[in-house]
Amino acid sequence: MASSPKLNAKIPEGTIENKWTKYRSTVHLVNPSNKRSLEVIVVGSGLAGASAAASLAEMGYKVKVLYFQDSPRRAHSIAAQGGVNAAKNYQNDGDSVYRLFYDTIKGGDYRAREANVHRLAEVSGAIIDQCVAQGVPFAREYGGTLSNRSFGGTQVQRTFYAAGQTGQQLLLGAYSALQRQVGMGAVQLLARHEMMDVVNIDGKCRGIIARDLVTGKLERHFGHAVLLCTGGYGNVFYLSTNAMGSNVTAIWKAHKKGAFFGNPCYTQIHPTCIPVSGDHQSKLTLMSESLRNDGRIWVPKKQNDTRKGTDIPEEERDYYLERRYPAFGNLVPRDVASRAAKERCDAGYGVGSSKMAVFLDFAANTERYGKIEASKQNIHNPSKEQIIKLGKDVIKEKYGNLFDMYKQITGEDPYEVPMRIYPAVHYTMGGLWVDYNLMTTIPGLYALGEANFSDHGANRLGASALMQGLADGYFVIPYTIGDYLAEEIRTKSIPTDNDAFAKAEAEVQDRITKLMGIRGTKSVDHFHKRLGKIMWDKCGMGRNKEGLTSAISEIQKIREEFWKDVRVPGDANEFNPELEKAHRVADFIELGELMCKDALHRDESCGGHFRDEYQTLEGEAMRDDENFAYVAAWEFKGEGNFELHKEELKYENIKIAARSYK
Amino acid sequence: MSHGNMNLTLKVWKQKNKNEKGRFETYMAKGISPDMSFLEMFDVVNEQLINEGKEPIAFDHDCREGICGMCSMYINGRPHGPKEGITTCQLHMRSFKDGDTIVVEPWRSAAFPVIKDLAVDRSSFDRIMASGGFVSVNTGNAKDANNILIPKDDADDAFNAAACIGCGACVAACKNSSAMLFVSAKVSQLALLPQGKIEAKARVLNMVKQMDEEGFGNCTNTGACEAECPKGISLENIARMNREYLSASLT
Ligand SMILES: Cc1cc2nc3c(=O)[nH]c(=O)nc-3n(C[C@H](O)[C@H](O)[C@H](O)COP(=O)(O)OP(=O)(O)OC[C@H]3O[C@@H](n4cnc5c(N)ncnc54)[C@H](O)[C@@H]3O)c2cc1C
Ligand code: SF4
Ligand code: FES
Repeated sequence: MASSPKLNAKIPEGTIENKWTKYRSTVHLVNPSNKRSLEVIVVGSGLAGASAAASLAEMGYKVKVLYFQDSPRRAHSIAAQGGVNAAKNYQNDGDSVYRLFYDTIKGGDYRAREANVHRLAEVSGAIIDQCVAQGVPFAREYGGTLSNRSFGGTQVQRTFYAAGQTGQQLLLGAYSALQRQVGMGAVQLLARHEMMDVVNIDGKCRGIIARDLVTGKLERHFGHAVLLCTGGYGNVFYLSTNAMGSNVTAIWKAHKKGAFFGNPCYTQIHPTCIPVSGDHQSKLTLMSESLRNDGRIWVPKKQNDTRKGTDIPEEERDYYLERRYPAFGNLVPRDVASRAAKERCDAGYGVGSSKMAVFLDFAANTERYGKIEASKQNIHNPSKEQIIKLGKDVIKEKYGNLFDMYKQITGEDPYEVPMRIYPAVHYTMGGLWVDYNLMTTIPGLYALGEANFSDHGANRLGASALMQGLADGYFVIPYTIGDYLAEEIRTKSIPTDNDAFAKAEAEVQDRITKLMGIRGTKSVDHFHKRLGKIMWDKCGMGRNKEGLTSAISEIQKIREEFWKDVRVPGDANEFNPELEKAHRVADFIELGELMCKDALHRDESCGGHFRDEYQTLEGEAMRDDENFAYVAAWEFKGEGNFELHKEELKYENIKIAARSYK
Repeated sequence: MSHGNMNLTLKVWKQKNKNEKGRFETYMAKGISPDMSFLEMFDVVNEQLINEGKEPIAFDHDCREGICGMCSMYINGRPHGPKEGITTCQLHMRSFKDGDTIVVEPWRSAAFPVIKDLAVDRSSFDRIMASGGFVSVNTGNAKDANNILIPKDDADDAFNAAACIGCGACVAACKNSSAMLFVSAKVSQLALLPQGKIEAKARVLNMVKQMDEEGFGNCTNTGACEAECPKGISLENIARMNREYLSASLT
């Protein structure tokens, strides 16, 4: 298999169960007095960034954290709803480290690296312990123990949650740990700062160029190591469930400076989101997967049925997930659920005014809960109304904030009528290629959380992103960074008047001058929307050779036009949100082209990557393990020019098999 | 591009930076659909301003689903606008009528200087958190999570207090610019949990001290904060914090 010497995954020797333990007890250590003179830059304050920064500062490193929002607490992780997985087996339902490992590899359609995923499963339990110790108010049972629920692609209950605000509570926990270090002077915060480029000196990453978004000033920051914890790039599609500011800029700049990009085309389209309501739409809102614990998905059996959901009798409903996948039913993984919804809508069974939606219905479980509650409360022969009322209270306690959100956006009350939902772009499994240490192909430059490509293969299971972000930050990087920094104790802080810093800053300045100077006729959003539409139509839920080929040339045209005709108003030396967007969209355009190239080269269907040409007669994804059981790691070779390298994936502990949820 | 048929007049605060004086400017928002969010309406206005070669209105936002706490507009004299229990980004244009005039200002408080137009600097909240809004536990110190049993009611109360999104609407709503609701929410969350009890005294003293140093005003129990809080953070938290503070100052 063609590869690059740079693609050394550095997987430790030993059996899968012992690799991490052995690694931890043999990895190089940095003594406390040396840590004080080692500086680490953390870009991003989400779960990955905040947990890494807090933990490294606790260990004694000098840490700087930057982020584009006004407070670390506002990183996009705050919006995660449903929960976080951990193999605690608190429910005594047969969960174990191995089972979480297995579910994640299978869920990822056998495209993730075994050793990383096993480590993730091993540290998952400690994450919950750590969060509880910080005061994260997870949901609890009456006995005072922690409560769990199920997520897709699993048959155990291993998801810990805090109503529909799990990401918020976990991030506030990590944020408070971070603020504690800020108070102790161990961490310096740089709010409203955007990373514009990485600075490499003699083949190692030594710092970054950042822009102060309030004054517009460019700054140089030295670090012995730089951690990119900058989240996912789903906004390349314009409409996604990501926050408006989520972007690819940091990792894209790193890619252009030598970091390989892993599996850029692996995108997760989440099955349950509020459908698009018009062309004014700026973002899409997720309805958490946890709702599939109690909501049943269906469409009418008749095409173009215009009746209201509540008017369609039971026997005229097609619960298509329960029908097609009886073993997992409504809890099939996201990629499977999304494609099934698209299939029904494309075939003319969609509901709502756009016909691009399916029902997510809570009526049956409201009634079931109502009956349980009635008997708990010793109400004999309860009336139907009583039952429904009691049931609604249970549903409210579990998902209240999500139901409120739905009502606020659509104007419909989901306690009374079924929700209308449709798939939307949600998460990117692709990201910077990293080795077992989470280091990119640039020594000293790391990628954590959604920004890296590891762990989730071609499809991520629900509640596993929060787990991965926190695993990377709390429990992996504090060990693996030592392996590199132990060799750096003699490196003095490099003064930022060094040529490499000056050159990198000049390049950034040139680009700003160029963007401001175009004074064209179209807004940044105009280009972003056009890019998004191409990506959604041709590199979204269904992809094919013809579409991808034309997408690539259309995107190249957009890039040309952008650099000739974009209009960035205002001044570069002030708070200028349009200029921020312009930088990000310019990078999205370049990334879009690489995503299409990656999708085009992968002549198989796996996980979130579904090529129309490669499917079974029943419409299931057809993987090609013989030819594609590898990570595609792309090297930047000049504008629009990317070279493919392959990291072969070996399965020694799990038998690679067709992925079935039937 | 037309999206709907509502036409509105906006009177928006424009201010170049924290040093310069601001003023109201009038804009027309045309072709607005009732299904748009308030911020999407601003997107439409900004797109039009850009197309006309004018400078768009700067405002803060990110998640656009009511959880990050970034959006912060003072709309017709109320933080986050006329509806209760939601943030600016969750406000929809169906809450307004064709022909309405809408006045939009930034949060106003000495502790929240204006950065530009409608965007303000709320880093004072971060500094209050850094003074004590945490449990002192290093990574790796924790014991098994189910070794700490917490009565469900306490856990629920702690969760309700922890739901604060740090938006600052409470400060903007208060005639004294008091930050008591925000601070008390964090103090309460941690005081309600066994993990947080150990440092409860130092925490409340330090956080209140920092709050005072940041220039937030005193609380005179008008309750405006609770009424405008998008997350329903209750005044009970302020009462609890006062008790905590009193008992901490006495010992
Ligand atoms: C609506 C929604 C719900 C979700 N629900 C769940 C769930 O229930 N369970 C689950 O496991 N996962 C969930 N996810 C996925 C999960 O939330 C994310 O994958 C995860 O939080 C990402 O964390 P992160 O730390 O990698 O990045 P983020 O939290 O996205 O943080 C990125 C950080 O990087 C900074 N940054 C970015 N670019 C730059 C730059 N150029 N310069 C400076 N700073 C920069 C930002 O300021 C921010 O601080 C959900 C995602 C969405 C969108
Ligand atoms: S208490 Fe309410 S209004 Fe104040 S910051 Fe928190 S969420 Fe916002
Ligand atoms: S934009 Fe996040 S709360 Fe409004």
